[in-house]
Amino acid sequence: MHQSTLAGLSEALRSKQISSTELTEHFISRCKKHNEQLNCFITINEEQALAAAKDADNIIGTDSASRLTGIPIAHKDIFCTNGIKTSCGSKMLDNFIAPYDATVVEKINQAGLISLGKTNMDEFAMGSSNETSYYGAVKNPWHLDHVPGGSSGGSASAVAAMLCPAATGTDTGGSIRQPASMCGITGLKPTYGRVSRYGMIAYASSLDQGGPMTRSAEDAALLMNVLAGFDERDSTSSDQLVEDYTERLNNPIEGIKIGLPKQYFDDGLDSEVASVIEDSIKQLEKLGAICKEIELPNTHLSIPAYYVVAPAECSSNLSRFDGVRFGYRCEDPKDLSDLYCRSRAEGFGNEVKRRIMIGTYVLSAGYYDAYYLKAQKIRHLIRDDFQTAFNEVDIIAGPTATGPAFKLNEKINDPVSMYLSDIYTVSVNLAGIPAISIPAGFVSSLPIGLQLIGNYFKESQLLNVAHQFQLATDWHQRTPEAFA
Amino acid sequence: MEWETVIGLEIHAQLATHSKIFSGAATEYGAQANTQACAVDLGLPGVLPVVNREVVTMAIKFGLAIDATIPEQSVFARKNYFYPDLPKGYQISQFELPIVANGHIDITLADGKSKRIGITRAHLEEDAGKSVHEGFGDNTGIDLNRAGTPLLEIVSEPDMRSAEEAVSYMKKIHSLVRYLGICDGNMQEGSFRCDANVSIRPKGQEEFGTRAELKNINSFRFVEQAINLEVERQIDLLEDGGEVVQETRLYDPDKNETRSMRSKEEANDYRYFPDPDLLPICISAEQIESIRQELPELPDAKRERFIKEYGLNENDSLILTAQNDLADYFESCAKKVNSSAQLCANWINGELTAALNRENKDINQSNVTAEMLADMIIRINDDTISGKIAKQVFESMWNGEGTADEIIEKKNLKQVTDTGAIEKLVDDVISQNDNQVKQYLASPPEKQAKLIGFFVGQVMKQSQGKANPKQVNQLLREKLK
Amino acid sequence: MSLDKSEVEKIAWLARLETNDQENTVFSEELSSILDLVEQMDAADTSQVSAIAHPLDMVTRLRADAVTETDQRERFQQHAPLTEDGYYLVPKVIE
Repeated sequence: MHQSTLAGLSEALRSKQISSTELTEHFISRCKKHNEQLNCFITINEEQALAAAKDADNIIGTDSASRLTGIPIAHKDIFCTNGIKTSCGSKMLDNFIAPYDATVVEKINQAGLISLGKTNMDEFAMGSSNETSYYGAVKNPWHLDHVPGGSSGGSASAVAAMLCPAATGTDTGGSIRQPASMCGITGLKPTYGRVSRYGMIAYASSLDQGGPMTRSAEDAALLMNVLAGFDERDSTSSDQLVEDYTERLNNPIEGIKIGLPKQYFDDGLDSEVASVIEDSIKQLEKLGAICKEIELPNTHLSIPAYYVVAPAECSSNLSRFDGVRFGYRCEDPKDLSDLYCRSRAEGFGNEVKRRIMIGTYVLSAGYYDAYYLKAQKIRHLIRDDFQTAFNEVDIIAGPTATGPAFKLNEKINDPVSMYLSDIYTVSVNLAGIPAISIPAGFVSSLPIGLQLIGNYFKESQLLNVAHQFQLATDWHQRTPEAFA
Repeated sequence: MEWETVIGLEIHAQLATHSKIFSGAATEYGAQANTQACAVDLGLPGVLPVVNREVVTMAIKFGLAIDATIPEQSVFARKNYFYPDLPKGYQISQFELPIVANGHIDITLADGKSKRIGITRAHLEEDAGKSVHEGFGDNTGIDLNRAGTPLLEIVSEPDMRSAEEAVSYMKKIHSLVRYLGICDGNMQEGSFRCDANVSIRPKGQEEFGTRAELKNINSFRFVEQAINLEVERQIDLLEDGGEVVQETRLYDPDKNETRSMRSKEEANDYRYFPDPDLLPICISAEQIESIRQELPELPDAKRERFIKEYGLNENDSLILTAQNDLADYFESCAKKVNSSAQLCANWINGELTAALNRENKDINQSNVTAEMLADMIIRINDDTISGKIAKQVFESMWNGEGTADEIIEKKNLKQVTDTGAIEKLVDDVISQNDNQVKQYLASPPEKQAKLIGFFVGQVMKQSQGKANPKQVNQLLREKLK
Repeated sequence: MSLDKSEVEKIAWLARLETNDQENTVFSEELSSILDLVEQMDAADTSQVSAIAHPLDMVTRLRADAVTETDQRERFQQHAPLTEDGYYLVPKVIE
């Protein structure tokens, strides 16, 4: 039953083939069994999950139940969960019990889903391999020597290994899509402002966006119906009407115009990955899509601009971790400066420190214009590139990552090469548009993701194309043997 | 050498909202530590700010009242620095695009002349919490109740040339924010405080001298003292061949000195950038118009009107309109009396103000209501009591002994207007003061006018102040021919 | 652009991160290589472009001025590092 999709589980629960309690017990036992190998969970909430499942069983079949009531889910440990440790993958918050629920968590609880636990992640979502977590690296279920991608690596690994049918993730520069690609699952980064950021511990506020990580586009649509929506507690949340994301899933995609950015298929792309992507584009053409090459001329500037904007915002966002009101505090501070400097030095890992320092530097007197302002101008150029492209095409397709999941420790000591692996994902965050990564094939028995990028608030169009692709292919149904 | 003082003020006015600028926590003063600090105020991981509408409206009101520009867009920025009373490690403020720009107000100088003071900008920001240094041993206690309280920081041009001008400007802004109802002006509670930028330069020199910033001054008197002290310090320094360093100084009212807050803070680099958790505030022309419609009559306009409508003199009008409540008091009093507005003004600015000051009371706490005072003035006008007796009546009213009529009745203070009775007193005084009568009769008319005062005084004394002075005067003139 | 050790020290102080000499050497190299990457931006002509701080051209929404929060001090301080009588404590601040 762990191979089933959300849609399938929903059916099984409603027809009473299975109870939420049985389902929850089953997933909890899988989590407990496999977590040692994969390290994808930081916290497993067995007790609360079983209590919630019992409640769910009482309402399934009544009017108070939603379509997803009783289905287990896992949350990236960046979302605050009331009364449950919320670590953000950091020693800084190892002792932090959130006193409130993030809006995303609240919505998921209201819809009756069962929270199994909190998934591992790169520390404060800073990383592309899940190796910067204070709780240790997460393993890729397809090959335990390889990384699952990051920063939502725990969620990706858990969904791929079928320890939970779905999980939440967050994406600041590719953190949903890249691990989804590397673990062979479906991951959607919605339009900036579509999913509330309230209670989602901020990395870079103008880029962060939460979204679903699932085993199919249809499941992503079901979960988006729960996650999306205006939140009065988030000033950057959009009040655009939320559509039913499942409504258009079955529309034919004949005639849809797909742009293939020349810059996404250049020398930086692994040739085997390129051929996987080309095959999947042929598949889309078979379904009636009209593909054409397009230009996103400022793509090469996206990584440089991202590594100014994101660190600048993070340097300020992470100032609140000062050892005074919550979180880690150093032993016996000799004075106030010592309290600050040691609590932060001991509580944060190196990647977080690097980004805080870069951010501090680019905002400091004399450098602001050359770095921060310049980056925000480039951001404008990148946004315009996409708008120009969307005048010609409906969606954009290309690879999610430059290659399959790399080996553990392969890039961890070379931050810049790690940063460069996000080349196809960060521009989407800079522009604030939605994008999805779906399984499209394998290279050296590791999954490869196809990325589809849409215009603002066109999530349902992306989901439609992804679903049609998944009806015609079975890449998304492949599962890693060791976790069958 | 002759020096010229140059002063610019940064006034922090706490906006009188119910809830904080970015959260729904209460702003009430005096609550137990940290009981009014919600998740947003504490900067808990994951929380986000949402702007209070009222704060924006209040800032616009202020902008309109100082004839400023309200830009179509204004932006919140983060000012980054670490301090325990600053929970997020940054203060949300406004930097490049403030909500109010380029305004001015006119102050009245000691010689009665008016001077225009430019107001560079006014911007919205959140207040910090409070550090308590006593009572926690080797530690400092942090109370974040005040964190997130809305402030309007009003930044003047360096247009003031003396401590007196600075005080007059500060009083004017104080009066204005209270008129507008956007700040309670309570300086003890820190709702209205200021930093002063002070520098000196040789008279006639165009270029500004190096300035020192005096921090957190919370009374008009302290502003004057602190500035004067700082000016003296700078003059001494320069005349001894030294240099003024740009620094922040703290005024200590107990020791009456300013002292340097050391350079560590100066080394700060605030790294301002637009707050990515907030979007720009956009204000339409229609919004501005509708707020303009709600503006009350402002001090300058009211002062003009008092002169025109009530025939008050410039000075009384200025004093009465400095506070909206005082102006209201005057107006209800004058309206009830329905004549003699200047007499009402005299009473309010004289006896009433003296009594209020004596008991350190606000006009709203006055023991004598506007109506009571009006009733008393009516009794002066209808000759029931003299102005002198009125002072006695006023004191009694102040002491809670009743209304003017009750007191006049009870104490038998009614003026004697019975001609026969007064005539008897006059006759007595004339017969008892032979010498003075002779002297009077021998004097030329212009001197007589002075000398008659003696006789009036004697008659009034004998009548215990109750004789009608006008009648006494008239009778004396008739009889001393 | 390369950052030398003394600049790293300055930045670390602004960011309130304690670093030792050895770390400063490493950070100096790493941060310099990140800045090299970032400086590829210089190649772009942005003279005619305005900066955007947000992806969407939205304006801020304003909330009503109402008190919606209640006292949760006990809850918030339950896991706080050091408190006394409702105050958060830090080593004595000298003003």
